[in-house]
Amino acid sequence: MSDTHVLPLEPHTRSTETRHMFLNIGPSHPAMHGIIQITAELDGERLLATDVEIGYLHRGFEKMCELGPYNNAIPYTDRLNYVSPLINNFGYCWAVERLMGIEAPERCQYIRVILSEISRITDHLTCVGASAMELGAFTVFLYMIKAREVLWELIEAVAGARLTISYGRVGGVKADLPEGFAQRTHAALEEVRRVLIECDKLLTRNRIFVDRMQGTGVISKELAISYGITGPFLRGSGVNYDVRKAYPYFVYDRLQFDVPLGSTGDNYDRYLVRMEEMEQSMRLVEQALKQIPAGPILVDGGGQAIPAAAMVDLAKLGQTGGMKRVNVVTDPTLGGSTKSFHCGINAPERRAVLPPKEDTYGNIEGLMHHFKLVMMGHGIRPPQGEVYAPVEGANGELGFYVVSDGSDRPYRVRVRPPCFTIMAALPDLLIGGMLADLVPTFGSVNMIGGELDR
Amino acid sequence: MSDVTRVVHERFPHWVIASHAYRGDQTVVLKREGLLEVCAALRDAPELACEFLMDLGCVDYLSFGSFQGSAPTLTTPSPLPYFMKPAPTAEMWERGVPNEFRFEVVYHFSSLTHGHRLRLKVPVTAQDAVVDSVTGLWRAANWFEREVWDMYGVRFAGHPNLKRILMYEPFEGHPLRKDYPVNKRQPLIGPVN
Repeated sequence: MSDTHVLPLEPHTRSTETRHMFLNIGPSHPAMHGIIQITAELDGERLLATDVEIGYLHRGFEKMCELGPYNNAIPYTDRLNYVSPLINNFGYCWAVERLMGIEAPERCQYIRVILSEISRITDHLTCVGASAMELGAFTVFLYMIKAREVLWELIEAVAGARLTISYGRVGGVKADLPEGFAQRTHAALEEVRRVLIECDKLLTRNRIFVDRMQGTGVISKELAISYGITGPFLRGSGVNYDVRKAYPYFVYDRLQFDVPLGSTGDNYDRYLVRMEEMEQSMRLVEQALKQIPAGPILVDGGGQAIPAAAMVDLAKLGQTGGMKRVNVVTDPTLGGSTKSFHCGINAPERRAVLPPKEDTYGNIEGLMHHFKLVMMGHGIRPPQGEVYAPVEGANGELGFYVVSDGSDRPYRVRVRPPCFTIMAALPDLLIGGMLADLVPTFGSVNMIGGELDR
Repeated sequence: MSDVTRVVHERFPHWVIASHAYRGDQTVVLKREGLLEVCAALRDAPELACEFLMDLGCVDYLSFGSFQGSAPTLTTPSPLPYFMKPAPTAEMWERGVPNEFRFEVVYHFSSLTHGHRLRLKVPVTAQDAVVDSVTGLWRAANWFEREVWDMYGVRFAGHPNLKRILMYEPFEGHPLRKDYPVNKRQPLIGPVN
């Protein structure tokens, strides 16, 4: 432009009028951990009103669960909280087990505890790392993701996959722990501890981090309870509620751990709670690895698991009448045929657990058994009833409410997603604060779109 | 009968339809009219003290018990072989109301003070699917009730903002109802503005 002079404003267009600005944050925004829209009404940089819009990741999880047999829902549960999918797996399996009135054997319970706690660490690492990154501490994020990688390798060694693991089974788990798992876990936990100490040094007394986290996103005890918030978010406000302590499931009542509590309920307290919970989870894993019994990890329909040694003794006495299977030598390339734990179970009735491959290919009962569990229209059939099974997910109480009508499909699977209630409380946390505080507050919610929208 | 169920029974004999403790979950089936009264007592009475409304969901009993299996041709349950028969001592569960009450709004409470849990179920018919809202007692109910409205079309009288939450506004029908076909398609919508 050649003519660069600027016209002065006409007197009548000058105005001191101020208006509130409406800002859409999301649905697709780098600081939103998932697809969610926050509509904010701003006065300067202060938030006057917010509206949280969810549902962008709704995939009809609950509807899909009603369509197929009970086991078909297990892969869907992986995709609820995809940062700690094992906890979802075990929660659902536990709900169906309770519906059937069976109990997984001890070793399996320990395996579930170990893997749940490892998952909890990965979840907290992701949450803390990501919220630190959003406040500018990219190093911490990289360190924590590196530590998470170590843990995911551990999970991969057990379940064969990193994320969509589908490792839980009704009445047990897919496979036993691999050789040398304890040593690998100890090494991995050492690594995670090193990272946590390093990150603690980088963050906990970091002026920028503390200034952004302290006093922002405050929620009182009473409000948090009224909103039904659970998990680290609630404990940050100083309420001592942890499903693992209040309603112990699996073998949590046999293990020692502390529940860290915050006092003010701000972002910084929640950060501290999460950091401490990771340490407690590692403590749980180490104890569980010490206590875990050897033995079968699958259970029969009556809840009885017969260890291999007892079975061999019975066979020596010739009391094999009740045993409905004969061990046959199968080709070692058959999946699972070399797994020793298959020999560990033998029971006259098995309503939930697949027979070992030797049986399926080796005798008629095994074949029928396999057929009755796998073929369409057969499958697991819990009696009519309903059950609510709460487990402590990484974000809080994860509940599965399963209703059975006696058929092979769950009549209703309702998930109580832990971050749903926290998201409902989000406007109360944000209103009155600065726009920039939205980022750490939302980060501390650890919203997982998969479980929020299902 | 455990403590919580007994207290509810004693205090509200006229509202309670049935109760059970299937698999250890304390459950009370309640008449719709008594919901707010019972809920207020649940929250405030010191012997109940259910501070948490943990979960609020709904079940559609339209086809309860009418399907025997996922195979489309299977009309009777296929018998289990002898080695898979369940133990004969299994406890029995009953819904407590006939299936004319198509929907059942299910509340899960938890007490921080006493550590007990309680499930309340409020059956409603399809013609008159309205339940009183408990948003005045627990803030958690706000989004949970919106979700139930969205998924099942059960209305909550007195809810401050009863609109869809997971589905979008122009969506027709309530997807988790048993008569909503799973493969039904609806037109995609663009941005609202």
